[in-house]
Parts: sequence; structure tokens; C-alpha cells
Amino acid sequence: MQLYDMPDARGHFGQFGGTFVAETLVEALEELRAMYEKYRHDPVFLAEYAYDLKHFVGRPSPIYHAKRLSDKVGGAQIYLKREDLNHTGAHKINNTIGQALLAKRMGKPRVIAETGAGQHGVATATIAARLGLECVVYMGSEDVKRQAPNVFRMKLLGATVVPVESGSKTLKDALNEAMRDWVTNVHNTFYIIGTVAGPHPYPMMVRDFQAVIGIEAKEQMMEMVGRQPDAVVACVGGGSNAMGIFYPYIDVPNVRLIGVEAAGLGMETGKHAAPLTANSPVGVLHGNRTYLMQDADGNIIETHSVSAGLDYPGVGPEHAWLKDIKRAEYVAITDDEAMAAFHNLCRTEGIIPALESSHALAYAEKLAKTMSKDQIVLVNLSGRGDKDINTVAKLANITL
Amino acid sequence: MSRIQTAFTALKQQGKTALIPYITAGDPHPKHTVNLMHTLVKHGADMIELGVPFSDPMADGPVIQRASERALLHKVGLTAVLEMVKTFRETNQTTPIILMGYANPIEAIGATAFADRAKAADVDGVITVDYPPEECGEFVRQLRSRDIDPVFLLSPTTDQKRVDLIVNQASGFVYYVSLKGVTGAANLDIAEVSQRVASIRKQTNLPVGVGFGIRDAATAKATAAIADAVVVGSRMVQTIEASNDDNLLSNVAALMDELKAAVDAAK
Ligand SMILES: Cc1ncc(COP(=O)(O)O)c(C=O)c1O
Repeated sequence: MQLYDMPDARGHFGQFGGTFVAETLVEALEELRAMYEKYRHDPVFLAEYAYDLKHFVGRPSPIYHAKRLSDKVGGAQIYLKREDLNHTGAHKINNTIGQALLAKRMGKPRVIAETGAGQHGVATATIAARLGLECVVYMGSEDVKRQAPNVFRMKLLGATVVPVESGSKTLKDALNEAMRDWVTNVHNTFYIIGTVAGPHPYPMMVRDFQAVIGIEAKEQMMEMVGRQPDAVVACVGGGSNAMGIFYPYIDVPNVRLIGVEAAGLGMETGKHAAPLTANSPVGVLHGNRTYLMQDADGNIIETHSVSAGLDYPGVGPEHAWLKDIKRAEYVAITDDEAMAAFHNLCRTEGIIPALESSHALAYAEKLAKTMSKDQIVLVNLSGRGDKDINTVAKLANITL
Repeated sequence: MSRIQTAFTALKQQGKTALIPYITAGDPHPKHTVNLMHTLVKHGADMIELGVPFSDPMADGPVIQRASERALLHKVGLTAVLEMVKTFRETNQTTPIILMGYANPIEAIGATAFADRAKAADVDGVITVDYPPEECGEFVRQLRSRDIDPVFLLSPTTDQKRVDLIVNQASGFVYYVSLKGVTGAANLDIAEVSQRVASIRKQTNLPVGVGFGIRDAATAKATAAIADAVVVGSRMVQTIEASNDDNLLSNVAALMDELKAAVDAAK
């Protein structure tokens, strides 16, 4: 039985979450909330969702024992939940399918999305193509540059990609622009948010769609080793892959839940994207209350991370809550540490991880070193690194 | 009675509609803001909506986004905006000032401390775009206990039940957003707005202002005929954007004269 029972009816996780939006969107969110309530336990809806996860995405994603990596690190056994093997290459598709099926039921012919690394944009464009929905993806112009292969993938899938030139030209600005589109086209448009942020019901709904990761992992661990891991480690941008694997474990005792934020150039430089690790103040952005990187005037400050998908100044409200109640721990990994872990996994296991996921790997290595050989660290390998090869090559001064 | 209520009562007696220009504080440069405010008043502003710059103005179109960015280049945040209102009040104690902005700058100060500081600066009303009534009960109490009016937005998608909820929290006036979209979009449907304003009036005695999409004498006049206040935002900001240090005040004065004549001619 699930004892943990968050959020409340209005989407609050303690002081976090909520519905902080312009009046024009209140009705649309209410409609979405009602529709989600109606379908979240509906057997027909769930069967359709499960069918797509199995036959279109290729779920369940396997759990893989990274033996050579574990031996090299010299400590706990490292297991990987292989979300990188999903269709489109990351966990993001679990959520876009769920939301797109809702959009279809709500009769919305047009879907929009924001994207940072481009993985959520690709996952949205993919399901939009499959369901015959018009798709517009907002992407910061900085990210358009660093994630060029994903931009082209979205276009191949028939989506319109709109580069966003305002603010810091990254994920948060893409979200602003998607909100502006939604306010304007709310009658025919479904906004598919890509992480556990945004106004209620998004943080809850995205978590529920991503929870398939943790639900599978719990069963698979029992099958493979007959017990649950000692620690579950996942990277945190907005926090959807982390919530997805954490959520089914919240009520399981003695399983540490560890979220890994991006420390960028180093926490001490201020050039990072780690609001939880930095103890940033509480604020309101993108429809919810959470910990936010901001200045004394409440303006959002620019973040830095080598991985576009972690480059976000806030964090999903449920992570803020899990931090406060001390059910989850949050740490941060620098660009350099993530790059080292990236290369390490490539060479020792034959898996090219996403730069986002490389943050989780880097921390898992650190943690495993402090543990004994019979202990287990489960890492959510949220995506594959094909999209990142340009970034990695550039860092090594190689032109492709 | 608050300054906003006093102003609406006086206008009503004269059979007039309020003209409320919006400018972003600190745009194009903080040195101009107080002068601009006095110019607005001299040329017919009955109240002023003063935008608080924010890094992520989600409900604003490109024109007001750029105004925020210009102001933020000079580090104009909520604290600086309150100082500007104080300076303005040194020579003007009658024109209501309504701050318009987003929740986070207020959250950064805290609801109570913000209300104290707004009162000390002699602010009259506050519009917070992303504080729907369900999420800002404490904030509204803090404002109202200091006689500052919390002004709420109503939109084309707000149903009757929510209008009730909102007018019960609001004071001063309510602000009908005349279109679905961000500030600066230009597709005002006067017939529809007229119908909505009439229906809102059945649910409240508060004055009803209308804004978003009013950009010239014609739309100002048409709106003034049905509303208690006409708010002009993006057009003001566009004029500011297109001006230089030498013609800024005269350009804004000319636009105000044109809008004022149109609003006054409506009734
Ligand atoms: C592979 C991968 N992992 C993680 C993330 C971060 O998102 P979240 O924190 O919501 O899982 C992204 C976002 O683009 C991603 O592409």
C-alpha cells in the first residue's frame, strides 16, 4: 500500500507546488485536472497507454548490471535502469505518450512543448506524428545550437521548432514562450510539459506517467537479485526521470533516494543549475512554488550546465518537498565530473550515456566507492548520448 | 477610502472613463521613470500602472518583454520601483499608482514585508499576474489591512463562478483582459468585450477596467464607452521604445493627448 499521499487536491506538496498562473489559464488547467482525474484510473485509457509503452516504446526497459564499471570503481555493485533503450532515446517518451493520449481524448488537435536538450521535443514530435497531431516545439536558441541533431529529428518528424531568443535563451525561456502560446491558443492546444514542473496537475501527472520506471525497477530488482537496491540515483533537471524512479520507492524503507543536480563549473563559482544543493530561496516560477535560483529582487539568474537538459533554475515542487521531509538527498556534480563519467561508461560498458544521465553516473561512482561489494546502487540511465556527440567533440576540440 | 476608490468616484460624478497608461519602471532608463510618470499625469492619466520588471514575464508579449529587459539591464527591481514611487509622491499625492508584475519579486521580499514597504512608498494597488485568488489569500489580507487594493484580472475564459470568487477578493477595480493571449496582441473584439463587461457588472459593483489590445484612439474610444477604465500598455511602451532621450517626454505626451481626447469623447 502506498502511504505517501502527495500532492493535496490543489496540487500542493506542503508549501510547494500549486497553480500560479495567469487567469486565462486557470480554466484550462481545471479542465485538464478534471480529465486527468477521470482517466488516471480508467482501465481503457491505461490499457492503451500500456500498449504503447510496450509496442511503441519497447518497455519494459531492462536493468543491467554494470559489472566492469562496478569492478573498476571498486565498491558497491552498480545497476543501470536502461531508459536509454527506449524509442527516441530517453525517459521523456513515457510522459509524452500519456499526455498525448489525454490530448486526443480532450479533442485538442494541436500540441506544444518546451525542450532543453531536445529529448522532450523529439518525444513530443514522435507521438504527435503517430497520432496525427500538429506539433510546435519551443527551444532556447542557445540549445538549438548545442543540440542540432535533435532539432533536425523534430523537423523530420513534422514538428515546427521555434527558437526562443528571449532571456537566457535556454529551457526556462522556452517554457515561458510555450506558456505564451498556450494562453493564446488555449481553445485548441494541449501543452505537453516535459518535466515534473509547471502548475498543478502537471507535476503529479508527469510523475505518474514516469512512475513506470520505478514500478518496473522494483519488480526487476526482485527478479534479478531478490532484493531492492541500497540507493537509487538519478539526475535532476526539472526532475521527471528522478521522480519516476523515486516515487514507487518512497514508502520502501532503507532505500536511499539521491537526486543529482548540475554543479556546472562548480558550486562555489555560482555557475551551476543546482537550486536544491545551493539552498536557493523559495519562489514562484512557471506555475508552481519551489526552490529557485534568483537574485535579491526575485529575478531568475542564469544557470550553467554542460547538459542542456539540466540547465534549469528551478526544480519540480515534489523534489523540494522530498528534500524538506528528508526522504530524498540532493547532491551536485560538475561538468568535468560528468564528462569523466560519460567517457568511463563508454569505455567500460559500451554504453554512450546522455550528459544528463552522466551526472547520475558520476555520483553513483563516488557513492559506490564508499560502499561494500555486496551493496547495490541503482542508477536511472535516463537517456543515451547520441544527441551529445557534438558537445563532447567540441570539448575535445574535435570537429565532426 | 483608497485613492483608487476616490478617483473612480470622482470620475463617475463627472461621467468620465479613467485613462490608465502602463509603463515599465526603469524603461528605457531609470532616470526617466519619475519624469515620465509626471508627464503621464499632466497629459491625462487618471491613474498609472507601473510595471515591475521581471526576468520571466510569461504573460507579456515581445514589446513589454523588451521593456523588462531594458530595465533589468539597469538592475531595476522591485526595491528600486518602490523608491521611484516614493520620489513621485514628493510632488504628487493624488494620482493612484498601481504596481503590475509577477509573484516572484514579491515572494522574494515576503507578503508582509512587501505590503509594509508598498504602504511606506504610498502605492495604491497591486496587480500580480500569476497570483490567482486561490493562491494569494494571505497576500490579499496583508494588502487590504493596509488599504492597498489588490486588483485582479478577469479573462475571457473566467466563468461566472470564478468571477464571484475573484470579485470577493478584489478591491479598487477589476481588470478585464480583453483577449486570450499575451500583452500586445492586437485582436480586440469590442462586441464581445462589451458583452462580457456587462455580465461582470451584474456580479459586482466594483469599477471594471479593460486592457490588452487597446492601441489607438479608435480602440480607446470604443472601450471607454463600455468600461470604467481603459488601460493602454504595449502602445505606450512601443512609443517609449521608439523615442530617444530628447523626444521621449514629448512623444509620450502626444500619445496621451490623443488617447485622452478619444476616451473623453466616448461618453
Ligand atoms: C536524458 C535526459 N535525462 C534527464 C533530463 C532532465 O530532465 P528531468 O530532470 O525532468 O528528468 C533530460 C532533459 O532533457 C534528458 O534528456
